[in-house]
Formats: sequence, C-alpha cells, structure tokens
Amino acid sequence: MSRNLILGLCLSSLVLLAALISFVWTPYSHAALNIPAKLQTPSLQHWFGTDHFGRDMFSMIMVGARTSIAVATVAVGIGMTLGVPLGLTAAARKGSWLDEVIMRGNDMVFAFPSLVIAILITAVFGAGAINAIIAIGIFNIPVFARITRGAALSLWEREFILAARVSGKGAARISAEHILPNVANLLIVQGTIQFSLGILAEAGLSYVGLGAQPPTPSWGRMLADAQTMVSFAPHLALIPGFAIIVTVLGLNLLGDGLRDWLDPRIRVARA
Amino acid sequence: MTKQTFRTFASVLALGASVLAGQAFAKSDIKIAMQLEPPHLDPTSAAAQAIDSVVYTNVFEGLTRFMGDGSVVPGLAESWEISDDGTVYTFKLRDGVTFHDGTVMDAEDVKFSLDRAIAEDSANAQKALFAGIESVEVVDPLTAKVTLSEPNGNFLFNMAWGDAVIVAPESIDNIKTNPVGTGAFTFGNWVQGDSITLNRNPNYWGDEPALETAAFKFISDPTAAFAAMMAEDVDVFDNFPAPENLPQFEADPRFQVLVGSTEGETILSTNNMQPPFDDIRVRQALAHAIDRKAIIDGAMFGYGTPIGTHFAPHNPAYVDLTGESAYDPEKAKELLAEAGFADGFETTLHLPPPSYARRGGEIIAAQLAEVGITAEIINVEWAQWLESVFNGKDFGLTIVSHTEPMDIGIYARPDYYFQYDSTDMQALMDTLNTTTDPEERAKLLGDAQRLISNDYVNGYLFQLAKLGVAKAGVQGLWKNAPTAAIDLTVIHWSE
Repeated sequence: MSRNLILGLCLSSLVLLAALISFVWTPYSHAALNIPAKLQTPSLQHWFGTDHFGRDMFSMIMVGARTSIAVATVAVGIGMTLGVPLGLTAAARKGSWLDEVIMRGNDMVFAFPSLVIAILITAVFGAGAINAIIAIGIFNIPVFARITRGAALSLWEREFILAARVSGKGAARISAEHILPNVANLLIVQGTIQFSLGILAEAGLSYVGLGAQPPTPSWGRMLADAQTMVSFAPHLALIPGFAIIVTVLGLNLLGDGLRDWLDPRIRVARA
Repeated sequence: MTKQTFRTFASVLALGASVLAGQAFAKSDIKIAMQLEPPHLDPTSAAAQAIDSVVYTNVFEGLTRFMGDGSVVPGLAESWEISDDGTVYTFKLRDGVTFHDGTVMDAEDVKFSLDRAIAEDSANAQKALFAGIESVEVVDPLTAKVTLSEPNGNFLFNMAWGDAVIVAPESIDNIKTNPVGTGAFTFGNWVQGDSITLNRNPNYWGDEPALETAAFKFISDPTAAFAAMMAEDVDVFDNFPAPENLPQFEADPRFQVLVGSTEGETILSTNNMQPPFDDIRVRQALAHAIDRKAIIDGAMFGYGTPIGTHFAPHNPAYVDLTGESAYDPEKAKELLAEAGFADGFETTLHLPPPSYARRGGEIIAAQLAEVGITAEIINVEWAQWLESVFNGKDFGLTIVSHTEPMDIGIYARPDYYFQYDSTDMQALMDTLNTTTDPEERAKLLGDAQRLISNDYVNGYLFQLAKLGVAKAGVQGLWKNAPTAAIDLTVIHWSE
C-alpha cells in the first residue's frame, strides 16, 4: 500500500470514528448552552474550547462530522444509484436516441454551476439538511453517469463481452454481470472524490445558512458564526476549518491511493 | 538674532501653525454607515426605519421634532395654542422657511401634508398618529388650525414623528427619489446599493450646521462592518451590528463607543390566536421558560436592559415587571402540564436576520427545549418575514424588536400580527388617547403595562441597546435613539 493510501485511510477513519463515537458519547451535550462559560480557549475541560454560547466545540465537531458524513453519503448514494444505471444504459444502447437523451440531459445538469443551483434549490424548497442532500445529490448524477458510460463503452468492445453475447445474454444482463463489476474500481475512486466534494458543498451551503439548521451542528455554520469573532477568538474559526481540511484532504488522499492500488497495471508493475 | 526678535518670530510661527492646523482639522464632511439601505426616501409612505435615519430632521422637518434626549420641541411650528377643551391646535409657523426647490413653506403645505396623511388612500405607515384629526384649516399663510375630534394628549408628540413631516405639493411626485424638504441638508445623489449623499442647504432657516456634506454608506454584513470601521473607511457606524466587536473598539484610542438606548422592545412575539398559544397558561409557561440574562449575554454580549412588558425602561412611566415572568423552568413545566401539554408540543420560531433574533432564537429554542417545547427554527429574510409573519400571521413564535417610540398602542389592535384581542386593553388605550394630564397618563400607561404583562401576551426579552461606533473626533452624535434618526445638524468634528 502506498503512503497516500495509508495517510488517507488514517485521516478518513479518524473523522468517521469521531462521527460514530458521537452517537454514543460526546464530552458534553453538543446542544447544551452555558452562556457564562462562553468563548473559552482550548483547555483540559474543553479540548477545543467553547463557542459564543458556551457550547463544547469538541462535541460540536464530533456531531458536525456526523452531519457532514450523512449529507455526503446520501448525496453520493443518490448520484450512484441514479447515475450508474443511466451510464450503463447509455453505453449498452450506444448511438441510439436513448443514449443521446441521457447524455444531453447530463450535459445540461453539468452546465450549471453546481453550488449556485444548490443554493437555488434550497432557497426555493427551504433551507435544511434534506434539501441540501437532494441539491448535492442531483449534481452527482451526471458525474457517475459519464464515468460509467465511458468505461463501459471500451468494455463493450472486449472479447469476453462478445463471448457473453454469443452465449445469448441480453444487454441488461451483460451490463449487470460483466460491465458493472469491471467499472466498480473506478466508481469507488470517483465516489471517494465526490464524497469529499459533497462535504465541501455541505459546508458551503451551511455557511450561507442553507444547510442543516440549528441546533444541528454543522462545520460550515460554525465557520459562519465565528466570522465576526475571528479577531478575538480565532479558535472558533480555525477548528471547524481544520476539520474540513482534514476530512477533504483525507478523502482525496484515499481516492488517489485507492486508484493506484486498484489499478491492475500499476499493481502488476509493483509486483 | 536677539532674544526679543527670536521670541516674536517664534510666536508668529506658532500662530501661523495654529491657523493652518485649524483649517486642516476642521473637517466638514462625514461618512456614516448604516446596516440597511432605505427602499426609497419618502418617510410619509413607508415604515422602513432606514428612511428616517437618512432624512429625518436632515431633509424633512415636521411641526415639532424630537431632540436626542427624547424631548419634543418646536420644529417648523414656532409656537402653538391649544383650545381649552384640547381639541383645537393653532400652529404659528416660522417665517421665511423655504423648501429646497425655493418654494415657500406656509400653512397650505401643512394642510396638504396632513390631509395627505389622513386621506382614505393614504400610504402612511402610521395612520394611527393622525387618526383624531377632523380638519386642517389655513387661517393665514403662517397660521394653521388643526381640529381634533377629541382631545389627544399625544398630538404634539405624534407630529414629531418622521411620518408627520411637512412636504410640498410641488415636489410630491418625485419624493421617493428626489426628496425636497425644508431641512438643513439637501438631497445630493443616491448610488443604489452603496450610498446616499446630502449637502448643506445654504438657505436654511435655522443655525448653519458644521458639516458641508454627509454620505450615508450601506454595509449590511457584520464582518464587512467591522472591517470598514477598522480601516477607517467610514467615520461613524450608526448602530453597529456585531456587539461582540465593541470591546475592540473601546480598547482602540482611534474610536469611541456610544452605548445608549433605543425604543426597540425586543420580544418573543407569540401568535395569540394559534393554539396552543391561545391558552394563557401556555404563554405564561413560555415567559417562565425564558432566561433573559442568558439571552442578553449570549446574543448581545451583555448590551441590553431586561424588560417585563412592552415599554422602554428609560421612559418615566415605565413599570419594572420582570419579576412577573422570572426564569423558573419548573413552574413553566407545571403550567404546561396544567394546560394539558405535560409532554410539551411542537411549534415554529421564525427568525429575521439581525443577530439579536438569530442568536437569541438559538438560545430561546434551547431554553424552550428544557421545558419540553420543540421550537423549529426557521431563518427568514426581512421580506419573507413581512410576508408570512407580519402580514400572513402564519407563525407560532418569532423574535423582533419593535423600534417605534411609545408603541404600546399596538396591543389595542386585534388585527396586529400577534393578534391580542382584549377589550380591556382597547378601552384603556381609548381613555389614554383622550387624557392630557401627565400624571393621569402615566397611571394609565402603568395599567396598560401591567395588563399585557399579566396576560403574558408576548415573551418580553430586553430593550435593544443603541451601539454607536465613531472615530474619536466626531462630536454631537445622538447617544440614544428616541426615534430612528441621524441628526446631522448637531454633528461636528473636534479639532
């Protein structure tokens, strides 16, 4: 395993672990206000200090990780479950009107600046985690559809597919049994990258107040709340900012590492 | 050089330097920042406070006017006589007052302005101010006679509002974009989204103001407000939006911080018609579930005075009723159980943009959760708030600061957005409006305060503080805000 992969794995599992542990344990309640204890710097009692309402920052970061991961997971899930079948269909019916409709539809969604449209969606249907998930999810569909179609197209030319066709399998069955397993590596790597983009998008939407609503903690909103206090309580902005950096960096390293690790050519070269 | 000549030479030098310094330092322009941009510039047809901030006493003047300490003094009316039965006010107008377009201000303009405000199709945002006016007559060019249907002890106070300024029929058509008044400053230009400039009126009837020009800059974002002030891009911030930054300004010798009072009663407005808030026990439970100190400390960083009723604490008629709704979550739970909500209930909490609402709302939601009430926070922009909460009355709870002076009268309007319908209160306000004796008025106002406090109409939180920040050399700024105004005539730079 490469160094990237190990580092990425470590950082990502750290965040995932924090999110999982937060279900059973946080040092303090993330929603408990303690105004007299506000704006404390990091200490033994409060490892990451307290925010402007005296809430424990460490607990908020842990629960915030949960919010980020939940939003990104479901958003990537939406993208994969809709995008991959679309891509497989388009590849199986290459050149047909169906292929055209799917891919031009993809181009349309792609052509819009994603965060702006996400803001539009949440502005129209109301702010909140659910709408943020849908908004981010929609923009994951064309990413997965395109990458699936591209990879599938080259597979369709291969001999083993020809063999499958000769043995009488239909396009749908070939796609599911032979194409999908062969593009899975690619999808996992892309999924990791999209996951980190999803976390960034969630933070961006929360920053402008359109993501998860209070009292649900969210890293983006923690950053927004800290804005006017940066000059005298910098930890309020640095800590959620750092959490986002660690997560996104971890996922990107993981994605890179996975690509190298899963790529048979590189694996062969290593061996 | 002899000692004597040297001394003369030195003193001449010093004199020259001081003259130069005097010229160099007597700045006559100022940049004043405010958070909201006015929608237009006609104070007589909109409720937006930002309009008054720019034009009140600067561009437009009324028959009477507010001073910085809240007192009402003669404005365009030099003096007045009140008939013995209190229903006829005869205003003697100042001589030689002209509008900025050169036309003369006379009794015809007074009649025009008041008739316009009381007309059927009047767009005035505060029609209640003019409600008692039966007729306005022009006696001679400098005398106007206003007849009321019944005595109104508040009439001179009402005429001081920005909604009651004197406008001219000649310039009324373009008043929203090109306001023409009688004030010490004329409208310069308006760069939409950025600033409005006013220039000194050379033909002003009163004392010449020290400032030649003033620019009002609009900075809505608290972070940008802090940056603009720190970089000295603006000289004054009328009401600084981020209370957490004030200690930094206080510690910086370049700036002065003016903490004063406003007429803004910040309340947890409750929809009195929407179940379960139609039950007084539920409203009382709300009142006891709220810890005012935590809200003032957490949302306003300590700036603000707790209130127990809808009345400004700096008003002599104020009654301290905070004890009636002291923080007592146990009592709140008991009351909820009594009302049949032992397991609490769910409601909505609409929060407009200012930090008192957004931050205060988070704190209140947490406090309500302690007694079992789940308040779903819905952040809204002002336009959306006006549409769904204020006009649509589609809300459970909301937080807002009522910044109009002496506005306890809204509790006598059952169709007002929090929909408090009490015949006692309506009768009380009717009596108050026809009472002129100051002591009797104070007693009635006290009764009204007790009534709404005992009925727990809304959650009474705190009186909004006015947080002015200015460069050290700016003098004459209003510390308090008896009405929304930035009185340029008294602002000057120290040398």
